[in-house]
Amino acid sequence: MSIPSRHFDALIIGAGGAGLNAALQLASADVRVAVVSKVFPTRSHTVAAQGGVNAALANVLPDNWHWHMFDTVKGSDYLGDQDAIEFMCREAIPTVYELEHAGVPFSRLDNGKIYQRAFGGQSQDFGGDQAARTCAAADRTGHAILHTLYQQNIRARTHFFDEFFALDLVRDKDGVIAGALVLEIETGEPLLIEAKATLLATGGCGQVFRTTSNAHINTGDGCAMALRAGIPLMDMEFYQFHPTGIAGKGMLITEGVRGEGGFLVNKDGERFMERYAPRAKDLASRDVVSRSIVTEVKEGRGAGENGDYILLKLDHLGAEVIDKRLPGIRESSRIFAGADPIREPIPVFPTAHYAMGGIPTDRFGRVVVPVGSGSEQVVAGLYAAGECACASVHGANRLGGNSLLDILVFGRLAGKDIIDFVRENPYQRSVDPASLEEAMSRLTRWDQKGGGVPAHQLRAEFRKCMEDHAGVFRTEEVMAEGYQRLCELRDQFKDARLTDHSKVFNTARIEALELQNLIDVGLSIAVSALHRKESRGAHSRPDYPNRDDVHWMKHSLYYREADRMDYKPVRTKPLTVESFPPKERVY
Amino acid sequence: MSGPIRQPDPVTDEELRRLRWQCRRGMLELDHLLSGFLDRGYRDLDARGRTEFLALLDNQDQELSDWFMSRSIPEDPVVRDLVRHIVAVVTPRRT
Ligand SMILES: Cc1cc2nc3c(=O)[nH]c(=O)nc-3n(C[C@H](O)[C@H](O)[C@H](O)COP(=O)(O)OP(=O)(O)OC[C@H]3O[C@@H](n4cnc5c(N)ncnc54)[C@H](O)[C@@H]3O)c2cc1C
Repeated sequence: MSIPSRHFDALIIGAGGAGLNAALQLASADVRVAVVSKVFPTRSHTVAAQGGVNAALANVLPDNWHWHMFDTVKGSDYLGDQDAIEFMCREAIPTVYELEHAGVPFSRLDNGKIYQRAFGGQSQDFGGDQAARTCAAADRTGHAILHTLYQQNIRARTHFFDEFFALDLVRDKDGVIAGALVLEIETGEPLLIEAKATLLATGGCGQVFRTTSNAHINTGDGCAMALRAGIPLMDMEFYQFHPTGIAGKGMLITEGVRGEGGFLVNKDGERFMERYAPRAKDLASRDVVSRSIVTEVKEGRGAGENGDYILLKLDHLGAEVIDKRLPGIRESSRIFAGADPIREPIPVFPTAHYAMGGIPTDRFGRVVVPVGSGSEQVVAGLYAAGECACASVHGANRLGGNSLLDILVFGRLAGKDIIDFVRENPYQRSVDPASLEEAMSRLTRWDQKGGGVPAHQLRAEFRKCMEDHAGVFRTEEVMAEGYQRLCELRDQFKDARLTDHSKVFNTARIEALELQNLIDVGLSIAVSALHRKESRGAHSRPDYPNRDDVHWMKHSLYYREADRMDYKPVRTKPLTVESFPPKERVY
Repeated sequence: MSGPIRQPDPVTDEELRRLRWQCRRGMLELDHLLSGFLDRGYRDLDARGRTEFLALLDNQDQELSDWFMSRSIPEDPVVRDLVRHIVAVVTPRRT
């Protein structure tokens, strides 16, 4: 098999905030670095993050990193590793200043300092008054960060492979990761990129669910590549859902709508939240509202032709309030739901938003796997950062504004660690032909012609099954039935076929390759959720309604082979301060 | 924008595939609008309209999102009309 190849010191798969921040460290240190992205870099999903990034700068209200750390540990429902969380909250401050110096146009106060807004879950003095910790560049923070990093990488001469799709990692004869096989989308031709160190920074996997706020590119590719390389995924059952996405489409309708007096009704016009949360009603926590919506639909009180959504009413607020206090909502609802909220309610359903779990790493972005009982080992030359990784800073739930922080801090640290790694390991490893052949077979299987299920049909069915059986409503019965069905769909995938066998820009083939990733990652979520018999953070089970620290204060590890589960302890000891012992989480 | 004409030129499969990947963006809203339009409105454009659509795809995601969500209005009237046309084609019609 003769496949063209290129050699670099470091290969970065993904050009979002995490990948670009890592690349910048490397290129600035004159390390030869390649960045592969399936879409043009500034079209990465980081561009969608409008809210902002957290750092305890104390520009608006008193603040310090220790309070930020407390909020993050509490928000994680005590499943986050406290050493990594301490590290991230301390690093947040220099990270934001570094971005400021790099040219990110943060919004400012009259005194010239960076403006900071208040977000849910932020407190002063370890659970006291509201803090204001989120730095934003107007409502285009993600865009500003991504552009600044991209421009800087161009200046530092990072080598970009735009519109190249990474298929799988490849190894040398000793099993050490030696780069990746990628596909040039335009020509349909494979290319081997050999590197001394490889960083996975492929972002989220929201597309595993039918209704999601994530762009179509978020198909969990890096997580699936790790799984196929025998690496487990950690804490995958913890997936954050936003209660109000536009039904059938997924775009977020901000919590602000309910904050301003909007409320949810079922098909009979009943304000059902009064039944589930008599006091907080429509302002109850995200998981309570999400589960109530799904329960209404399941019990036949959903609205619409198929009874599969709930209505968010805000016409009583009047056009003026809606236009003034909820900008963008009217437009979004009109365009995507065909409903003008000043006259008619918005059809909504919970939407899959953010993956807390991912490829397990230490705080230097190095991928780690358990060996024997208890101890961990670094996978030499393999790194992960960003939403696809799990440095364990979000635990069972993520706070708003902490994700951009995560990708920037750990992207940067991974970059710095790779610099040392490639200096200490200056020789290129040669790729084992068997490993390359295996990666190639993922591609060539789609050349087969003949019958079999069409890939796009399987994709729709799989995502629906994930939504119904591994989404917000998680009882043993619902999940066990779902697991059966997901396994059947995984089997059917073996016979899936394409009708389009062209090479140039064959998007159907790319989508089929993504489907395999969705299936691998989807199963990691479903199996991890089925096994965790407690409710913690975003994982809430009506049949096990309480958190169970005695049995379940531990991280899940899912292996693709035989859908095996393993567990490892939570790191409760911070780096320099006292631990925060688990407490009941009340807000 | 020149708008729909009566007998538009046929679109080749390769052209559509190429465009489909350019409609993959960093925001779900743009995915829906752009690929929705590719499926439902692109074929009806004349040659000039198609060139304009291709040029539109070169804009930054944030800019496109601002235009589609009416947070700002494109300066170029041609782009303004195309943005309006795309929204009109993609918005679901309720009976
Ligand atoms: C609507 C929305 C709003 C949000 N708002 C906020 C916010 O205000 N604050 C906050 O902190 N967080 C927010 N988040 C979360 C945050 O945006 C993401 O977690 C974060 O941007 C992920 O960054 P990343 O660098 O890990 O990945 P991404 O930015 O998703 O980049 C992934 C990269 O990997 C590439 N890639 C993927 N697969 C392949 C493959 N097979 N081959 C080649 N390349 C590949 C892609 O092309 C892309 O370049 C929001 C999320 C959503 C959905």
